[in-house]
Amino acid sequence: MASTAFDTHLEGPHGAHGGHHHPSLQHQFDSLEQQKESSTLGMWMFLVTEIMFFGALFTAYVIYRSLFHGVFATASHHLDVTLGAINTAVLIGSSLTMALSIRAAQLNRRKTIVLFLLLTILLGGTFLGIKSVEYGHKFHDHLVPGPHFAPEDPAIQAVADKAQVFFSLYFIMTGIHALHMIIGIGLLTWLAIASWRGRFDSTYYTPLECTGLYWHFVDIVWIFLFPLLYLIGAHAR
Amino acid sequence: MNTSATAESIVASPETGFERPNYLNAEYGLRSWLLTRDHKRIAILYLISVSAFFALGGLFAMLIRLELLTPEGDLMQPDTYNRVFTMHGVIMVFFFLIPAIPAVLGNFLVPIMIGARDLAFPRLNLASWYIYTLGGLFVLWAMVNGGVDTGWTFYTPYSTSFSNTHVVATALGVFITGFSTIFTGLNFVVTIHRMRAPGMTWFRLPLFIWSHYATSLIILLGTPVIAITLLLVAAERVLHLGIFDPRLGGDPVLFQHLFWFYSHPAVYIMILPSMGVISELVAAFSRKRVFGYKVVAFASIAIAVLGFLVWGHHMFVTGQSIYAATVFSVISMLVAIPSAVKVFNWTATLYEGSVSLQTPMLYALGFIGLFTLGGLTGTMVATLGIDVHLHDTYFIVAHFHYVMVGGTIMGYLGGLHYWWPKMTGRLYPAFLSRLSALLVFVGFNLTFFPQFILGYLGMPRRYWSYPEEFQVFNVLSSAGASVLGVGFILPLCYFIWSMRYGKRSGDNPWGAVGLEWDTPSPPPTENFYTVPVVTHGPYEYNTQEVHARTSHPEARVG
Amino acid sequence: MKSQLPLFPESASSVAPQVDALFYAWTAVSIFFTALIAVLIIYFMARYRRRHEDEVGLPERAPVWLEIAWSVIPLLIALAMFAWGTQVFVQIYRPPADAVVYYGVGKQWMWKFQHPDGQREINTLHVPLGQAIQMKLTSEDVIHSFFVPAFRVKQDAVPGRYSSVWFRATRPGVYHLFCAEYCGGEHSRMIGSVVVLEPQQYEEWLAGGPAGQPLTASGAELFQQLTCQTCHGEGGSGAGMAGMAPRAPSLVGLYNRQVALADGRKVVADDSYIRESILNPMAKVTAGWQPIMPTFQGQVTEEQLTQLISYVKSLSGEGGAEAGGGTAEVGTAGGQMGTPAPQAGPQPQ
Repeated sequence: MASTAFDTHLEGPHGAHGGHHHPSLQHQFDSLEQQKESSTLGMWMFLVTEIMFFGALFTAYVIYRSLFHGVFATASHHLDVTLGAINTAVLIGSSLTMALSIRAAQLNRRKTIVLFLLLTILLGGTFLGIKSVEYGHKFHDHLVPGPHFAPEDPAIQAVADKAQVFFSLYFIMTGIHALHMIIGIGLLTWLAIASWRGRFDSTYYTPLECTGLYWHFVDIVWIFLFPLLYLIGAHAR
Repeated sequence: MNTSATAESIVASPETGFERPNYLNAEYGLRSWLLTRDHKRIAILYLISVSAFFALGGLFAMLIRLELLTPEGDLMQPDTYNRVFTMHGVIMVFFFLIPAIPAVLGNFLVPIMIGARDLAFPRLNLASWYIYTLGGLFVLWAMVNGGVDTGWTFYTPYSTSFSNTHVVATALGVFITGFSTIFTGLNFVVTIHRMRAPGMTWFRLPLFIWSHYATSLIILLGTPVIAITLLLVAAERVLHLGIFDPRLGGDPVLFQHLFWFYSHPAVYIMILPSMGVISELVAAFSRKRVFGYKVVAFASIAIAVLGFLVWGHHMFVTGQSIYAATVFSVISMLVAIPSAVKVFNWTATLYEGSVSLQTPMLYALGFIGLFTLGGLTGTMVATLGIDVHLHDTYFIVAHFHYVMVGGTIMGYLGGLHYWWPKMTGRLYPAFLSRLSALLVFVGFNLTFFPQFILGYLGMPRRYWSYPEEFQVFNVLSSAGASVLGVGFILPLCYFIWSMRYGKRSGDNPWGAVGLEWDTPSPPPTENFYTVPVVTHGPYEYNTQEVHARTSHPEARVG
Repeated sequence: MKSQLPLFPESASSVAPQVDALFYAWTAVSIFFTALIAVLIIYFMARYRRRHEDEVGLPERAPVWLEIAWSVIPLLIALAMFAWGTQVFVQIYRPPADAVVYYGVGKQWMWKFQHPDGQREINTLHVPLGQAIQMKLTSEDVIHSFFVPAFRVKQDAVPGRYSSVWFRATRPGVYHLFCAEYCGGEHSRMIGSVVVLEPQQYEEWLAGGPAGQPLTASGAELFQQLTCQTCHGEGGSGAGMAGMAPRAPSLVGLYNRQVALADGRKVVADDSYIRESILNPMAKVTAGWQPIMPTFQGQVTEEQLTQLISYVKSLSGEGGAEAGGGTAEVGTAGGQMGTPAPQAGPQPQ
């Protein structure tokens, strides 16, 4: 029977480090460095696609905002700026803890990696919790677009169809963002377990780094969402 | 006898039937295929899926042409016809044209051509295939349950608020499959950047790699936009939001902008890989470097960039401003130039070459002719004054079939015929393959050239019944389609036949130059026995090396 | 005639010969280049045919001048065509000053037309020879497209807005009218005809049919019926009623003038603006006025809207086409359809 895919070691000029293969080195790569560079580049490429993904939504938002200028501001008043601001701080904090977990890996502090990952998960969960409270309020106020959209504010009622566009964009954009957060928390959980098992150290922490990139991106998206959705016409409140 | 140019390859003696260890016989069993991480096996998985969808899309095409034999609608109800042409479009665009070359030929060849063991992310590659299959299942489910009738373009508000068909399932299917493409593109970009063999500088890369790189850039930037657009359509349909429906405050033309922002670059996703194949074929079958290598390489990048700036040329009659229309029209002229330059460069490659008319070359030459006409008719409809008359008529249908069938599919078939011996270690019957190429060429022209005339006459597209005076050309077109169909079915038959009964191929049956020809046919799982070190550019043909490669009678192809 | 195999459509409008000329030129260019490539390929194929198994080609350096030549020459040709094509396009979409406005409403699956003097038609449109006609199009449901191959004109009819295209028929006859944007079930049967009559015959036809009221007159009646004058004044003058302060801006001279809105924007009071103001008055409130105008959504049909718009236009002394920019007056994407639109049935998701 011929050899399987992973037995044959090819010695290329990238070379193995002193003849020993790191257990995390995948067979298609010649060195950990090549693997790390490839993984990081891959994550950046993925983030480019995410920028285009959210970008299309932001484009739709910009177009409708310019068409329905006043309505968007009025509708935005129904969003809770305080909760939104708290969420912003929470998310920025979680990016900090994420970065600190990578720092811990660089310093070979296994337990600290796990600690900061858990903190990141906690903060992410807090964000989602506050978000669901906000969604609950909208549901209660009949501001969810669809057949049950029934605003009580007369200023909104007069332009119900346009206000509905605002709330549609609000739910879709924050909803997709929240979905990305959930996926991120899933990744972080897997990373926390792997870290606990000693998978990462100063020689290898690429998955932490790539997930960190993803998490920071999700944070940045929120930093755009918050002012565009919550703060328009804020001075006129 | 040693036919391979690499040292240490294990010799195959065909008479005894001893097969060298290669990626096909490395492991057996369904599990080894369904859980493989080998890019070559994944390419074969895609080959099977993509062929199945092509057959399905072709079936719908046959139904369309049958119905259009007569002016009255007599084969099926208009609602059924609407579903038939929609399914034809959705399946052909999203499940065949976009994935075919990158996922089959690209997956197989990109690592080998750059001297790597595999793509950067083999598990992601396998995930791509599963995601593609999942998206396909959504669309198949929709099809079996009555299909969708919005046209593959899903224009609103018809798709969001009026159609009674399975729009959401189909849209979700396409949405899911989009991620398959994105992951493939991502894999290619990282692989090409980071995993080239020593000595493989950017300008020593085969043009096939350049075009797949450009394609991957488009994939990464464009596909997410269609994903979100279709998601919005689904959301609007299910939740009655008001993004695109004017009755609910939305703008139907916004949908068109978002849709075409992706779908125009998408056509370059379809054609660039095919152009990459043609570069390889023209070089191999002229035994000569492609004329103006760097120009062709940069032309691919130029097409990718400019391709993002022309989407409005699909919307000249929707009522956008004259100013906007002008901008889109002039940039559309610009994007045609790199393609024209490539055509000239390929033709010039033949000059003082050593031209062999084996089957892959027949497809390549066919491509050049058909793509020229398809591309020129594209610039015709990019011309504002003409497009008013021609938009949404059969002229457009003819134009895009010339570039997608006469272009992409010819490239795909040419590539399959060229690399089939490498992928499978088997040869196919030369006479039948040449006959098929001829049938495809003749059948194709007979099918689609009359449609140019129909379009100028004013026959609109997506018509189930039509005025009598259009019948003659419709009959010609349907007749051509049957010839074309035979031309497509034949390769399916002899390729499958060749897997068992085809003559075994040598490592380099065509006497071509390229890293893929320096390794056995079929290649070992790790692609190479020793990592190649590249010391010269692609397409360096000299007589002695070719002699060494082709001296074994096994190696030659009739 | 069955024996006649048509290759080109009839040329029946003032712009058709220009479009055809452009088309023939492009066809010639295409045939030339396709033939050139084909001939070169066939020649090279034969001349440089592989003579023995190990033969290779002769590599050569690509001369830069050649690459430049075959980039620049096609570019120049393409740009020339672009310029010519743009000029024709502008012709197609900029109506002349003497164009008369007709209204067309697309609906699944028929066309409804209104002549300026009130005549209504379904699927067939009678027009006089030689008269410049501007078609103002909209849709009641999905996107349709008004396409007359013999005239070489086409324009999408988009729900929620007006778009326009103009033509001047140059030959009497009956010509196909197609819907050219897929619109569901009976799209291919949304076919009509444009009947071009000599001016004399056209008058006879008009007289022969049910006497229609000019759009502006119908609009004036509607204006009264819907009690618009209680706020906008008699004849839209803006004068207050019964000695009270005026409650709504004057409509006299409003059409196509720039209006300052309460939120600071400035918009042009075109067809779409007037239509939106009737259906959704809160969308654009004029600066300096209270937002008290009620909505007439559900109370007016699409045809009645065109009548009211005609009336308001007449208050600015404009009965015909407006100059410049015949393409869609975008800017208002809101408002519901006047006619209760056919609801899509229970939809499988």
